[in-house]
Amino acid sequence: MTDFSHLSIHETITCLKRKDFSVSELIDFHVSSMENGRELNAFITETADIAREKAIDSDNRYLKGEENLLDGIPIGIKDMFCTKGIKTTASSKMLENFIPPYESTVTQNLWNDGAILLGKLNNDEFAMGSSNETSFYGEVKNPWKNSKGNFTVPGGSSGGSAASVAAGIGLASLGTDTGGSIRQPASFTGTVGLKPTYGRCSRWGIIAFASSLDQAGPITRNVKDSALILNSICSHDPKDSTSSYKEIPDFVNATDKSIKGMKIGIPKEYEADGISEDISSFIEKGKEWLIESGAEIVDISLPHIKYALPCYYIIAPAEASSNLARYDGVKYTHRADAENIIEMYEETRAQGFGNEVKRRIMIGTYVLSSGYYDAYYLKAQKVRSMISQDFKEAFSKVDAIYGPSTPSTAFMIGDKNKDPLEMYLNDVFTVPVNLAGLPAISVPVGLDKENLPIGMQLIGNSFDEESILSIASCIEKSAKFDLTPEKWWINE
Amino acid sequence: MTIDNKLVERIAKLSRISLTETEVNNLTSELGNIMDWIEQLSELDTEGINPVFSSFGEEDIKYRADEVNDGGYRDEVISNAPKSEDGFFLVPKVVD
Repeated sequence: MTDFSHLSIHETITCLKRKDFSVSELIDFHVSSMENGRELNAFITETADIAREKAIDSDNRYLKGEENLLDGIPIGIKDMFCTKGIKTTASSKMLENFIPPYESTVTQNLWNDGAILLGKLNNDEFAMGSSNETSFYGEVKNPWKNSKGNFTVPGGSSGGSAASVAAGIGLASLGTDTGGSIRQPASFTGTVGLKPTYGRCSRWGIIAFASSLDQAGPITRNVKDSALILNSICSHDPKDSTSSYKEIPDFVNATDKSIKGMKIGIPKEYEADGISEDISSFIEKGKEWLIESGAEIVDISLPHIKYALPCYYIIAPAEASSNLARYDGVKYTHRADAENIIEMYEETRAQGFGNEVKRRIMIGTYVLSSGYYDAYYLKAQKVRSMISQDFKEAFSKVDAIYGPSTPSTAFMIGDKNKDPLEMYLNDVFTVPVNLAGLPAISVPVGLDKENLPIGMQLIGNSFDEESILSIASCIEKSAKFDLTPEKWWINE
Repeated sequence: MTIDNKLVERIAKLSRISLTETEVNNLTSELGNIMDWIEQLSELDTEGINPVFSSFGEEDIKYRADEVNDGGYRDEVISNAPKSEDGFFLVPKVVD
């Protein structure tokens, strides 16, 4: 079978138009990659039969010259997106047999553009985690092993989305990002992860975690593909009152734009301790690349950024405790047998939720409970306001902010899941962006001493994905990161 | 505010999650650590700061007409319920 895994979406579409190969051949290749990649545990549900059927329709459209923007492109979808008639679990026992009667808006947008569902991807349970170890369906393995040959985590919560794309299974995937769940796994797996501005994409049909922070976005192998998927998924949706009416620019165009004269801020707080040496060396290298491309580096300060994580761990659990109240054993698949209704609720939730989800529901319930609301929840919303203000001031001076995506590269499976607080600290650079609702992208720039990918982050002003796409594209060209992991998961 | 077993049991009750004794003990120490860490927010003077509940401004929200434009999927919706009868969700007896 011909290997199509090295092709970008743009290249694949060009080949399909030229009839170099058919959509059916392309889908057969990715289905077999998915089946050969089961050791990664990236997929919860494989939809090979549906994909093959759709491929025939797509081939017909190419024959007639009636193809759409993403026609025939195989895409994996995080199991947080409802897919009509296809099991959607949020990687939780609670939704083990949940078959959504409707399709999420962002996935529908992809299918309208001709993309083909390859399968549903593993994630941390209800998107709560930074390593994909909290999934009821087991951990996902990062295609990148460390230099000692140990298995590492793909990051989370969109661990399956990142691992599959890094492994060359599917050409792109969708993830969700509440506190870094697209950018951190992208960084751990050498892929490109984009979180759009809050409101750019509809949240309708995404299983809710923290509604004021959740946003869908693509994981791809390069920046241009990321822009292309973004163009497909964003739309105003009357079914989500917080989806924007703003005009949607041509994001692909932005990836070819010069960054000459752009001002790029580097927060002095990012040069603090706790970042690995390999990662901080890319702050310096990045500066050089950006200056060479004609951009100007500006020193900025985000004075309240160190309060973003504790602020997030009040707000996100508070919203989660409310959102997850709906899993009560009445409406969705899992129910424990009990004599009375209160006991039924309590036992159902005890059995259906894993430890991390229980922990966050408990924190959220506590900070919202009578007597603590002002001290915790209201306080956190005020801190959030101060953090947003920091960004506002920064963006009065700069077009984008450059820095690391994560404080470390991928860690070993089982290394950080004993202490929840240690896991939370992973999201130190990603969380502030969600609190302020801004767009951000993680781009792979190189490998560290342990042979693991490093991602750097660009943060943009509200609804200015274009600037960060232009700059990310420029970083990508300078870094020339084109390495792929050795395919140890394939048994010949 | 220190988190003890009694408080954890009360939060669990409010959360409608039953916990084993071991879980209560673990959560007491874990939530204690997390809340201690969160306590650093009290260093910040937030006097006079307006809380922000969403980055999406209220001025950006437009109201749509309040009309029924979708629906009629009773059976599809009910089909995910663990127990149902005659198109209704079935629950244990609620009123004596």
